[in-house]
Parts: sequence; C-alpha cells; structure tokens
Amino acid sequence: MEENIPRITQHDTPEGPAVLLSGCWSAARLAEAATWSQIKSQLAAFAKGDSGKLGWDLRELERLDHTGAQVLWNAWGHQWPARVQLLDAQRSMLARVAHYTVPPPQSNRLSAWQLFLALGARVWLVIDHARDLTRLLGQLLLDFLKLLRAPAKGPWRDVSGHLYHIGATALPITALLGFLIGVVLAYLMSQQLRQFGADAFIVNILGISLIRELGPVLAAILIAGRSGSAITAQIGVMRVTEELDAMRVMGIPKGFRLVLPRAIAMAVAMPLLTVWTTLAALLGGMLAADLTMGLTPAYFFEALPLAVQASNLTLAVAKSVVFGLLIALIGCHYGLRVKPNTESLGQGTTASVVSSITVVILVDALFAVVFKDVGI
Amino acid sequence: MNLTAAAAPTPEAPFDGDVAVQIDKLWSVFRTAGRASVIHQDLDLSIHTGELLSIVGGSGSGKTVLLRQILGLQHPARGSVTVLGKPAAQLSSEGAASRVGMLFQHGALFSAFTVLENIAFALRELGTLPKALIRDVAMVKLEMVGLEPSQAHKMPADLSGGMIKRVALARALVMDPPLLLLDEPTAGLDPDSADTFCALLRSLHHEMGLTVVMVTHDLDTLFELSTRIAVVADKRIIVSGTPQQVMAYHHPFIHDFFLGERGQRASALLREPTRPV
Repeated sequence: MEENIPRITQHDTPEGPAVLLSGCWSAARLAEAATWSQIKSQLAAFAKGDSGKLGWDLRELERLDHTGAQVLWNAWGHQWPARVQLLDAQRSMLARVAHYTVPPPQSNRLSAWQLFLALGARVWLVIDHARDLTRLLGQLLLDFLKLLRAPAKGPWRDVSGHLYHIGATALPITALLGFLIGVVLAYLMSQQLRQFGADAFIVNILGISLIRELGPVLAAILIAGRSGSAITAQIGVMRVTEELDAMRVMGIPKGFRLVLPRAIAMAVAMPLLTVWTTLAALLGGMLAADLTMGLTPAYFFEALPLAVQASNLTLAVAKSVVFGLLIALIGCHYGLRVKPNTESLGQGTTASVVSSITVVILVDALFAVVFKDVGI
Repeated sequence: MNLTAAAAPTPEAPFDGDVAVQIDKLWSVFRTAGRASVIHQDLDLSIHTGELLSIVGGSGSGKTVLLRQILGLQHPARGSVTVLGKPAAQLSSEGAASRVGMLFQHGALFSAFTVLENIAFALRELGTLPKALIRDVAMVKLEMVGLEPSQAHKMPADLSGGMIKRVALARALVMDPPLLLLDEPTAGLDPDSADTFCALLRSLHHEMGLTVVMVTHDLDTLFELSTRIAVVADKRIIVSGTPQQVMAYHHPFIHDFFLGERGQRASALLREPTRPV
C-alpha cells in the first residue's frame, strides 16, 4: 500500500488561480517532517496572499482523513472558499470538521485568590490526614478490646497469613543485609581501633550499635519498604476494584478484618525480625573481627554479655513493636485513602513507604532521647 | 464435531476488494501450570477491506483472544495471522496507530492523561504537527463521539463507563486507521448512546471505507451494523455470512443465541433481506 506524499501544486484555470491538492492527506503522511514543513509554508503563503480568489481542487486526493481536513479547514480560516471542487465523501468529511471545530479555550491563569485557596486546601489535607490517622488508631484500640473480649471470633487465619508474608518470607533478605552491615561495620571499626590499640573494644561498639540501634532500625526500614508498601497496595487495590464497598455492604467491618490482623502480625513479626537481623549482623561482625584482628569467636561470646546490658535488648524489642505497629497503621491509612483509580494507587503506595520510613527514623530518635540513660 | 462443513453456507463472503485480515489454521493455546488449554484449533477467517464483521460466540469461546491475535498481542501457537499484508506480530511497530485502532473492553485510557491528551496521544507522538492542530483534531474526534468540549480536561477517573468508552473510541479513531477493532463496543452504554454509537460507526464505515471487526453480545448492534457475522464455537469459526445465512445454520449455540427470546425480538428488526454495504 504505497501512498503518495501530500502535495500542493498551483496552476491557472479559466476562473482564476487555483490550487490542486494531490497525494495522501493523512495524519501519518502529513507528519513526516520534510512534508509538513513544505505544506505548512505553502499554506501559510496562500493565507497571506489573496486567498479569497483562490480555487481549491481536492478531487485528485488519494485519501483525506480528519487530520488532513483539519489542516485544510484551518488554512481556509474556518470558512468555505468561494471556489472549491471536491467529492461527496470529502465534502461530508470537511463539513463534519467544520461543524465540530471549536475556538480554543481561554487559558486560565491562577489568580492570587486561587493560590490562597490552594494553600488552604493543603492545610485541610494535613488536618484530614491527622483526623483519619487518629480515627484509625482509635478503631484499632476498640477492635483490640473486642478481640480480647471474644478471642475465638478473631481473624486468626488472616493474622497467620500476614505473619507468614511479613515475617517468614522476609527472613532471607533481612539476614543477608544484617550480615553485610555487620561485616562492613567491623572492618571499618577495626581500622580505627587498631590505631589506638583498642582492638578489644570492637565487641562493645558492635554490640551496642547493632543491638540497640542498627538492628531495629534496619529491620524496620526494610519491612516498611517491603511490607508497608504491600499493605497499602493490597488495601488500595481493594478500593479500586470496589472490594471495600462489597465488604461494607456485607456488613464486615474493615477495621476488624483488614487493619487489626495486619497490625497484630506486624507487632509480632517486627521484634522477631529485629532479633534475627541483629543476630545476623553480630555474626557478620564476629567473622570480620576474627579475620581482620584475630579476635576469636570464643572471646567475642565471652565479652559480649559484659559489654552490652540486657536492658538494651529489651529496649530494642520494645522499639520494634512500636515500629511494626506504626508501619502497619501508616500502610493501612494510605491504603484506605486511595481513591478508586490507578494513579491514586501509585501515589498512595509511594507516600506510604516514604512516610513510614520517615516515621520510623523520627520515632527512633525519640526513643534515643527518652531512654538515653537506660542500658549504657 | 457433529456437523459437516458441506451444510454450511460458503464461509467466504462475496469478494469485493483486498483482504485486510487473513487468518490461516490458527491455534491459540494457553499454558497454565503445565496444563495447556486450546482456545482455537485450525481457525480460518479472512476479513475483506470495507467489511463490518461481527464476531459472536459464547462466553469463553475465545472472541477476545481472536481480536488479540489480530492485534499481535498474542502469538499463534500454530498457523498465521496476516494483517494488512504483514504478520500480526509486526503490527505494533512504530506508527501502528495509523494502521489499526482498537477499542478495548474497558477503555484502557491512560489514567495519567486528561481526556484530550488521551485522544491526541498518537498524534503528539508523531512529533511534528503543531499543538494547535493536534488540539483541533482531537477536539473534533471528541465531539464526533458525542462528548461535550467541556469534558476535554477531565481525568479518566472522573468519567462514567459510557464516557470512557466514547473517549476510547475517539482515541482509536484519531489517526483514521483503515482497520478498527472493537471489543464489546456497546456493553455498558444506555440504549440511546448505543444507538448514537451505531449511527456514528455506520457513517464512519461508509465515508472512510473502514474495515471494522467487532466482538459483541448485543443483538441489536449486531443486526444493525454487521455486513457479515462470524460465529466462534467448537474452537473455530463454524459459520460466517449474512445474518440470515448464519441463522439458517444448525448448531446448538446459534439456536440459543439467535432464536432465543431476545434473538427473536432483535431479529424482528431485520426487515430487508440484505443490508447495503
């Protein structure tokens, strides 16, 4: 199907100068860069000249589509030329284009008042988020009391499912990351400590930093990225596909069936993952210390309980329970706020991950300040 | 396989031009968890330029899969699909929007774009045409499918199902492709919009010489528009021809589909023996 290049040729007829159009006036052919610049300049020249007297002959055209017709109609200045020769199909095509062509809309610039209103809308949005989160937290407490009163009716299958997906499937990745961080930390520290001849203190540094800070925070950040986003996406998809509405119609409370199981699973899985990550990191640190400084694992095991008080472990576990709850709550919060369209789903998931990681670090800082006298 | 092909009217309609789509001995097979399910088996179909072919069949008989094969979205396990003289797999190369338009069942609008941007997308991707012209063309298409200019700047999420369908049609038509594929075009439209839609489609088919392939369950649309009906059952095209020819063919599906209560009502519309192309 070889179609010819759109062309405009000018010639004289008994009635006066006329323009003969030929070739295939379709969007694809017109859009070829060389063709378009040629056609554009020719049409512009006609528009500048005495266009009223010009005759137009379209009968030679191989094909005229809506784009081609629009080009012509715009070139004619949105009115029929005095002399035009065309086929019936072309006439109806042009008539349709003529009928539907509307003047371009006024571009509306934002006025100062609208900008002010936009600012107000943002403030309301923040208030709305705060209110939603408070409501979610309150509902979670109520649901928890309900669960305590009738534990047999609890959504335990959901809890165990989430426990598996949040906890068990995250074991390999958290172990790998913990191990590597432990190795890196031990290598860097050994270089510094050797300068002061304080090799033995590697146990103190690794013990305190990994057990008290890095273990919980590392696990929480990983889980926020991995499971926080999953929670938002799951609940968000349920909103997009109207599953949440279906649940509501059936009288199944979404707080009790969606939020509570996820929160419980997170609160249980998070401390376990923290201990697991910390152990992997300590193992990595121990091996690196053995390789770089000849500090035997036996010495490491002996020195660790002396260097790190048990209260550090308690603090780490307590912290990670809070992290887990926060990640679950933020995940559910953004998931429930997703509007029934796919774009909002993407935005919600991103916002959920960013907020939960930020909140984890903020709360960790808070813990560090409040418990600065504990365990050190 | 109870019926012999000899009893069928000739599957080929009167040949009146080039072949737009040629399907030879097509096998469509889905493999899920080690189990292969055959959707089409030795399916033959040729669609001529300028035809308005409707594909009908029961749920799960592979009508949409057939459309996807024509679009090259699915690869034949065996056999070949040739669209506009090229293998279907090559269809989705650059500039495909000027060769084929597809109206997906649920619209498949780009959710990040406004209505107008959705319609103009293919034109904008060409990169040379000026913005004002693209806006004009997209606006004409928008109004052609019966939408108000004021709806041009809405997002797809704010549209109703029927409006999504119209925008999707406008988007499929924006480069006036010679081949238009429609998957359930009138499903979810109110009767009035469906009629407008049919009228629009018929006038486009007439004026532009479009080849239209349509999957539909809507008997009114079917009788109103089709120049030919192809019935998919038993993993192949069991019969194709004019509504009368198809209805005269003996097969349980055809009996239930056309001669059921709904079919009787709709076929009462069939006054004249053949419709002008």
